Amino acid sequence: MISSLSKRILTGFAATAVGVTMTACGGGGDSASGDFDGEIKVGILHSLSGTMAISETTLKEVEEMAIKEINDAGGVKIDDKSYKITYVSEDGASDWPTFAEKSQKLIDADKVAVVFGGWTSASRKAMLPVYEAKDHFLFYPIQYEGQECSKNIFYTGAVPNQQAEPAVDWLFDTYAEKYGKKVYLVGSDYVYPRTANTIIKEQVKSLGGETVGEDYIPLGNTEVAPIIAKIKKEFPDGGIIINTLNGDSNVALFKQFKAAGITPDKYPIMSFSIAEEEIRQIGPDYVGGTYAAWNYFMSLGTEASNTFNDAFIKMYGDDRVTNDPMESAYNMVYLWKAAVEKAGTYEDLDAVRDALIGIKMDAPQGPIEMYPNHHISQTVRIGEAKDDGQFEILWDSKTPVAPITWNQYVPETKGYKCDWTLDRADAGKFKM
Amino acid sequence: MELVFSQILDGLSIGSVLLLAATGLAIVFGLMGVINLAHGEFMMLGAYVTFVVQNMFRPLGGTAFELYYIVALVASFVVTALVGVLLERTLIRRLYGRPLETLLATWGVSLMLIQFVRSVSLAMMLGIGVTALLGWLAKRFMPASLKDASFANYLGGAVWAVAGVLGIFSINIFASFGRFFSNPWFGPRNIDVTAPKWLQGSWGSIAGIELPGIRIFIIALSALLLAAVAWFLTKSVWGVRIRSVTQNREMSNCLGIPTDSVDSITFGIGSGLAGVAGCAITLLGSVGPNLGASYIVSCFMVIVLGGVGNLVGTVIASMMLGIIQSIIGSGSLLIAFPDMPSSLRAVTEFFATTSMSLVLVFIFIIAFLQFKPTGMFPQKGRSVDA
Repeated sequence: MISSLSKRILTGFAATAVGVTMTACGGGGDSASGDFDGEIKVGILHSLSGTMAISETTLKEVEEMAIKEINDAGGVKIDDKSYKITYVSEDGASDWPTFAEKSQKLIDADKVAVVFGGWTSASRKAMLPVYEAKDHFLFYPIQYEGQECSKNIFYTGAVPNQQAEPAVDWLFDTYAEKYGKKVYLVGSDYVYPRTANTIIKEQVKSLGGETVGEDYIPLGNTEVAPIIAKIKKEFPDGGIIINTLNGDSNVALFKQFKAAGITPDKYPIMSFSIAEEEIRQIGPDYVGGTYAAWNYFMSLGTEASNTFNDAFIKMYGDDRVTNDPMESAYNMVYLWKAAVEKAGTYEDLDAVRDALIGIKMDAPQGPIEMYPNHHISQTVRIGEAKDDGQFEILWDSKTPVAPITWNQYVPETKGYKCDWTLDRADAGKFKM
Repeated sequence: MELVFSQILDGLSIGSVLLLAATGLAIVFGLMGVINLAHGEFMMLGAYVTFVVQNMFRPLGGTAFELYYIVALVASFVVTALVGVLLERTLIRRLYGRPLETLLATWGVSLMLIQFVRSVSLAMMLGIGVTALLGWLAKRFMPASLKDASFANYLGGAVWAVAGVLGIFSINIFASFGRFFSNPWFGPRNIDVTAPKWLQGSWGSIAGIELPGIRIFIIALSALLLAAVAWFLTKSVWGVRIRSVTQNREMSNCLGIPTDSVDSITFGIGSGLAGVAGCAITLLGSVGPNLGASYIVSCFMVIVLGGVGNLVGTVIASMMLGIIQSIIGSGSLLIAFPDMPSSLRAVTEFFATTSMSLVLVFIFIIAFLQFKPTGMFPQKGRSVDA
């Protein structure tokens, strides 16, 4: 620790000294600073304004932290040279066409080597055609509904078989005896919850269970009384509820659930969009005792996890928390760096993309590996929300779970596969 | 029977949330004719006042903390009413009789209020203070000859612009003093307001139907407020004055009614009621800078349906919308009439979700307004034609 610190200070001195010399000479032509041999420019594209800004700015912060860490540790090393990462940050403004527009700008005007960006599926769907048309390179960090596999996108969030499906299995293992294999689905009215629920329904059916109700609330709506009436009708004495609501509606749901007597002791609730930050906003009084499924929890307690948390808190203040999407965003910067070093180039995007496949990393959540379908293997964990705003981890998959992009429960995609190491035109989706 | 009762209870509680939110607007829009697009943001201010009161009571703990909500109700009324009066005195007053300008100006105010709660910090408050002080001093000590000059209006504007720029500079200076000055009070994130324990759970049950505490409380609160408003408008001196100004401003003025004060008071009460509604909504939903946006449309919907300027109409309209939404959205019709023909059953099932029941409510309102374009209880008399 001490040696690395003193090394950092020395690097700092060296950088300052070089800077001073260069200023004294009236400025040099070389844009590289410190003891780097050059710079690699990358793009960061998240919503810094609008409704999504609250969530997406945390990803920008954690990506900046990863870039700073890499630079402090000597930058990206290609052959014998070391390169400093610089970044251009653009604002997607919670507006999906803007994401496509800014992607074009980052690729054409800024000539970035890679873009880290996006949160909602809608923003990814808007950016996808741009990256495919320009044959460029995007990292996307959020857990999503799957059913997509682009040559130009790398996905570091969970797909349903790494989050939703194990969670349903766990719910049935734990509660089927008490409440039967019946579930009630509540979600926000847009792409992710609807697709995720389609998959959950197929899975429940194949497990011999029954989906007794399914309801969607428009984004931002706060009236839950009709849904409560329906749940009480289906489950008068308790039952399993799966919640894919996003954003503000969650607060309304949990406050009104509690008032209506739908509490975790009788109604186990599993949420897929509630992480540490959301517990704070909803209030532990309301959300305590409910379950969430993620790949990373701040309370994990491993050494890698603690290092990650400490670094973030040191940089952004001790009132902050980390969560699963932030861990994903952090990993993708390191995965890209490892691929560039392995490929020995950052300009030949084909070579970097090929190099990425098979890259392993010891992430804060544990070991992860990039698969030929451009998704990563991840450990699945289920946690219970506690009063201190953290999760207590109740179950984990022990080993990382391999990603399945084309869902095997849904009839339309059953039997399909994605493998970009194969040299065939339909490598993104072909029948096994 | 049990089903009917529980549906009516749900409908009443949805309706009373709408009613709480719309009462203030009914006064401002109905009595003054001011289209106040910042109404939702006044609700948001009320919710933030609740948050502040909650945090002030938290250290007390125990019973004292359990009672914070009562204090918050009063405080949210007083604070938002004062902000309302300030807004009326400085802005709305200059725009009477110009509905389009009022609409745009209040929309601007709503944007400013949203951004204000996002970024307000001690440094920013001090900066605003600096601007106000400089502007006031310049006005106070401006030579009389300049005040009468033909360009006095432009000069006044320029003075405020300069004061504003200096204020922004001073924000940066204050912010550099340290985190205590520059830390935002609330920030852009949603804040957590937790209801006191006695409101959180269920208050027992009648005939097998659970009585959620917050629902019953909100129904009671909206009934109480409505009674208070009705009493104020019909029985109190100021209420009578307000109604007379509504009916004929010039005549009231001639008879010695201080119409200026009447305007301020009316707007203040309307805003204060919005604040109370915001305080009540913290029990049900999330609290963030964008809270107002989700309620403003429903408020206007209720008022248009009920007939502008009519409290009875507002009550009936909000209860009707609440009951429709709850009966259709929860699919109770399917249970009440198990033998309905399959085609009708398919239609009912189609609308039996939260999203679709809202669609149905809108269709209902559009259809209703085809037959009664001025709402259920239109205003009668000369003032309408004027």
